[in-house]
Amino acid sequence: MKNFVRFLSKYFITRLLISLLVIFIGVSIVFLIPRLVPGANPAEMAIRRLQMSGAYLPAESMEKMKQALLKLYGLEGSLLSQYITFWRELLKGNLGPSFASFPTPVITLISRSLPWTVGLLALTAILSWGVGTILGGIAGYKNRGVWVRVVEIVSNAVRPVPYYILALLLLILFAYVLHWFPTGGAYRIGLTPTLSWNFVKSVVKYGFLPALSLIIVGIGAWFLNMRNLVSNITGEYFVSFARQMGLKDSIILKSYVMRLAMPAQLTGLGLQLGFIFNGTIITEIVFNYPGLGTLIYTAIMQSDYNLVMGTTLFSIVAVALATLIVDLLLPFIDPRIQYVPS
Amino acid sequence: MRAFANTVRKLFKTDLRFRFGLIVLGLLLIFVLLSFFSPYDPRSSYYAPISRPPSLKHIFGTNGRGQDLFWLLTFALKNSLVFGLEVALLSRVIAIIIGVIAGYRGGAIIDSILMLFCDTFVVLPIFPILVFLRLIARGMTFSTLAVVLALFGWPWDARLIRSQVLSLREQKYTLTAVFSGRSIFGLIFSEYLLHILPIILATTINNMLWSLGLEITLSILGLAPLDIPTMGTVTYWAIQQQAMVTGAWWWIFFPIIFIVLLFTSLYLLFTSITSFINPRLRSINAGEVSR
Repeated sequence: MKNFVRFLSKYFITRLLISLLVIFIGVSIVFLIPRLVPGANPAEMAIRRLQMSGAYLPAESMEKMKQALLKLYGLEGSLLSQYITFWRELLKGNLGPSFASFPTPVITLISRSLPWTVGLLALTAILSWGVGTILGGIAGYKNRGVWVRVVEIVSNAVRPVPYYILALLLLILFAYVLHWFPTGGAYRIGLTPTLSWNFVKSVVKYGFLPALSLIIVGIGAWFLNMRNLVSNITGEYFVSFARQMGLKDSIILKSYVMRLAMPAQLTGLGLQLGFIFNGTIITEIVFNYPGLGTLIYTAIMQSDYNLVMGTTLFSIVAVALATLIVDLLLPFIDPRIQYVPS
Repeated sequence: MRAFANTVRKLFKTDLRFRFGLIVLGLLLIFVLLSFFSPYDPRSSYYAPISRPPSLKHIFGTNGRGQDLFWLLTFALKNSLVFGLEVALLSRVIAIIIGVIAGYRGGAIIDSILMLFCDTFVVLPIFPILVFLRLIARGMTFSTLAVVLALFGWPWDARLIRSQVLSLREQKYTLTAVFSGRSIFGLIFSEYLLHILPIILATTINNMLWSLGLEITLSILGLAPLDIPTMGTVTYWAIQQQAMVTGAWWWIFFPIIFIVLLFTSLYLLFTSITSFINPRLRSINAGEVSR
């Protein structure tokens, strides 16, 4: 019990603090950006957008609209009171309306595209982390065999290439040259999202290429990571001891070596979620997959300032919370974390 | 200085990765130097026939704006490299200051606070934030963008430097120096910096990989000053003008070849140097915990 309390205060509080700090700093940056960049008043940008679309408004109603927009964006009053309003609206889950598809709230657009992103992200992250970790563990322990070399060479070759370029190459090869997979979208146009076999088949076919690009990169990274960790551990005395005891290789690998490398690998997953999330967004843009990434991309194209801001705020909160969840899983894998020495 | 030259020579002889990386990077640098002899101004267009495939006159062909791709790419590679170096140098300053302060004052509250900030910045999803910033500040130049990226690109490296300084602080010569009245700054600049130099070099390369990747991604999304040729903006125009649909393969083929060569050579140099620093740890990967 005493240990548990100490664990809570030492580990849990720090992790919670980091997540809150991520949200706090991220949101503050997003709040400050339009207020620091000259000529980037969101209300004026909204009006300029309206004028660009060809709508003519008399000066009076323009002024009225500006006032309304200033109120809507909480741009009245001192910087501090604006900041407080900003937070209040955010905590209420109110991200304002989208400019391009006015008056649909940003949060509705986000919730519409969120399932696709979460599906793609969760599936590829878990799959590539799991496969990469297991393969890397075996490779680091035995370190011979042709396929180990093959995976190693592929991982090292894929690693430095920018994510966008890799996804682009896959798209060109499999969609434009070989015509194996469609060039974009999440399911065949004309199908209605139901739980029918046809629809699921279509989703798998359309999602395959985006998922593949994420998995290739992911497996490579986790593989190299785990191989390094395991080959370090394999050199330790307790492993030689276990071998001399006559334990089976599979048991040593599973419960001696891999177990010890797990915490570091899981911490890596927690810290990498931000990167992985960035990657998913880029993948969606390349493959025109209807998740948050494509939402951001169309928002860029339409200069939908508010939608980009809303998606950014949402991403910060989501990544911070997901990281917290991974961090809280860690004590179950690594019991040492629970026993903080006094 | 001589020790440095010797190390480079030794790595060049023994490590295939180092040799390959250095040679390719050297060739790319020669390619960059060619930009000073370019017969065309990178900003002018329509001086050559539009979208011709590679020929003797235009080795890499011409693009849809009547520009010679070979000479355009020399400028693009130069601008991208300069951008990467700007980010790397600026973020190095931040990383060294924070790493040394946190490491030297280890155990104090300052260390915990600085590391808390490090962990926070590592987790922050910076891509959407950058997109938002670029959308607001459309007129932002590449130099300003470099400063912004530098403000985000320090945490991993600050952590690495901190752990190095932590172990240096425990060395006996630190105690001797402090007891004989050496100022802390003198100690840090004359002794510690020499020890953390290889790590700084490795992280500089790693940081360039990161910032160049972001430059290319932002440019391809059309969120960079598109009139300045960089590896990203050249690719942007190729995609924008439907290179894949119209069959103008050379618009996209040559930029991507150069991007892949640049990233591969930098990465090989990076892994070679890290395995030289720490042979036990074959490669410190871009974002992971293996300390």
